[in-house]
Amino acid sequence: MTHRSGGDHVLRRAALARVEGEGAMCLHVSDGRVTDVELTIFEPPRFFEAMLRGRGHTEPPDITARICGICPVAYQTSACHAIEDACGVTVPEHIERLRRVLYCGEWVGSHALHVHMLHLPDFLGYDSALAMAADHREIVERGLRLKKAGNAVMTVIGGRAVHPVNVRVGGFYRLPTPEEVASMRATLTRARDDALDTATFVGTLDMPAMEQPYEYAALRAPDRYPIESGEVVTTLGRRGSARDYDGWVREEHVERSTALHATLEGDGPYVTGPLARYTLNSDRLSPLAREAATAAGLGTTCRNPFQSLAVRAVEMVYACDEALSILSTWDGGGEPFVEVPPADGVGYGVTEAPRGLLLHRYRLAADGTVLDARIVPPTSQNQAAVEADLRAFVQARLDEGLDLDRDLEALTRQCELAIRNYDPCISCATHFLDLTVVQE
Amino acid sequence: MAQRRPRLAVWKLASCDGCQLTLLSCEDELLALAGEMEIAYFLEASSDVGPGPYDLSLVEGSVSTPDDLARVQEIRRISGRLVTIGACATAGGIQALRDFADVREFTSVVYAHPEYVRTLERSTGVAEHVPVDFELRGCPIDRGQLLEVLTAYLHDRRPRIPAYSVCVECKRRGVTCVTVAHGTPCLGPVTHAGCGALCPAYGRGCYGCFGPQENPSTGSLSRRLVDLGMPERDVARVYRTFNAGAEAFREESRKHEEVP
Repeated sequence: MTHRSGGDHVLRRAALARVEGEGAMCLHVSDGRVTDVELTIFEPPRFFEAMLRGRGHTEPPDITARICGICPVAYQTSACHAIEDACGVTVPEHIERLRRVLYCGEWVGSHALHVHMLHLPDFLGYDSALAMAADHREIVERGLRLKKAGNAVMTVIGGRAVHPVNVRVGGFYRLPTPEEVASMRATLTRARDDALDTATFVGTLDMPAMEQPYEYAALRAPDRYPIESGEVVTTLGRRGSARDYDGWVREEHVERSTALHATLEGDGPYVTGPLARYTLNSDRLSPLAREAATAAGLGTTCRNPFQSLAVRAVEMVYACDEALSILSTWDGGGEPFVEVPPADGVGYGVTEAPRGLLLHRYRLAADGTVLDARIVPPTSQNQAAVEADLRAFVQARLDEGLDLDRDLEALTRQCELAIRNYDPCISCATHFLDLTVVQE
Repeated sequence: MAQRRPRLAVWKLASCDGCQLTLLSCEDELLALAGEMEIAYFLEASSDVGPGPYDLSLVEGSVSTPDDLARVQEIRRISGRLVTIGACATAGGIQALRDFADVREFTSVVYAHPEYVRTLERSTGVAEHVPVDFELRGCPIDRGQLLEVLTAYLHDRRPRIPAYSVCVECKRRGVTCVTVAHGTPCLGPVTHAGCGALCPAYGRGCYGCFGPQENPSTGSLSRRLVDLGMPERDVARVYRTFNAGAEAFREESRKHEEVP
């Protein structure tokens, strides 16, 4: 609907859908120039960092999982790493490996949801995957199969797909049985073929052209694509530990949003998530995932945010392949967990949530009581880049002669697509996403 | 003659999205469900927003801001039946931990400019504000139970959701009692069924994510927890997680609070 009052022109788009959480976007346009872009998040604040104070050191994995129902394993893993770091405990290799398989399950489930149910409908011109299913049933069914496979891995290892119960500081309550390992291998073998089909299909789509200039930040490990471990590196040459990263990230509270805006000290806005991971780590993909990348139309780096769809498809192939590789040599493991006696100190944990870097920091008292907590989720880190992308994208359309009155509907849809490039998990950061264009 | 399909709406207040995600996780049933019901309002899944009223509304999330208060009234007004899904919409969720603290102090811990943040003193379930037709428990809800709620609606009957405790599910599943066998603290005796005794099956004590069953003997359980060696502070903590705002858990936790 359009409201006109005086010289201003305000168009309000219906609530922006297919994001996890709620927010709004407002574009200000004056004489053909984009003058301001605001991403507003009105996700109700839930105060996790405050609630964690006074809890026991074994509690943050279960409590912080509740920040996000789509990536609970990311929260659990970063929390475990940070607390184990504070207590000076290193977990044995078989626990690290099983954590990686569980995390691969979450990547497959989360990426399958985003690619097929949330993002592909934009590219193919539908309002939802359910509407898309009328014409592209095979694609939707493939997406549902992939999602189910990711959920199956989380259910076997974690007990359930949302807020797994089997994760604890120091490891797991129990390890999977040989029958359970065999069932995961069978599921993942089929899922890997489905993921390859999705990557090939995504390679046939027309992607809007765009090139991002920002600094990218991701984990990097010596011998594998980054998921749950590695150093933090950036395209401007930073390299450091989780602790260093905690020092680099500056968060600012702006009036319009309950998600904090993050910048890297001294450098400004940056991007984390699939594009950053891929650009900094494409050489770490498995041979099969590299083939999938070629089929999906990717080079060795990727700076077009619309191609995040392709990167997610490739990462699904990788996650299936990697989990299969670990499970093929799984010998049953050892003890399910190691004891983590409380110790006073500060601990840091950073992992690659499906949407990007997720940092946890805890300061513990000698009896394990949490004295303070810091959580930096991906969405707040990417918020400045989402705004910058929209500004650049709309300006380019205006420069091409777009008529805001006539083409506003189409432009709004494209803007929504550009927001969904980031798979913004707004509940992580903190209702409806309304898109408003103000012509001044 | 073809009947009009019932219209479903899925709403979100303060929450993690995990319960509505459970609807999308019905991978084998989702397309069939879309044939039986018109999914008219589900922002997480679709930008095609059909206007109200809706026959069935599923509400995820707690009432924690002035906006939520207004929305929940509007949702009730335009919904035939209203079902809350999950611990947030039913008991206020983990964010109800603010009820035991000063929300202004909480705000100042997380936000540099508390004056920008609009929030209520307490985080509450939907039924505290408007009549609710059914409450589905869990943090998160169980997929099978959600399908039962939808099936029951389509057949115009009450959902068959057992109200007994996790202990009963544990016995039915044939899991050895973790408390009796290993001395592991477990909230199973006072917790509403629904998960299928998931934690005990993984060798872990139940942590109460489905909230209190009807008339739970929390006092007896607390004595047992103390006998197992749990400090009072931890007894208060075990009731103060995802259903901290449910009356039985809230009151029992207060009995074990340390007086500062």
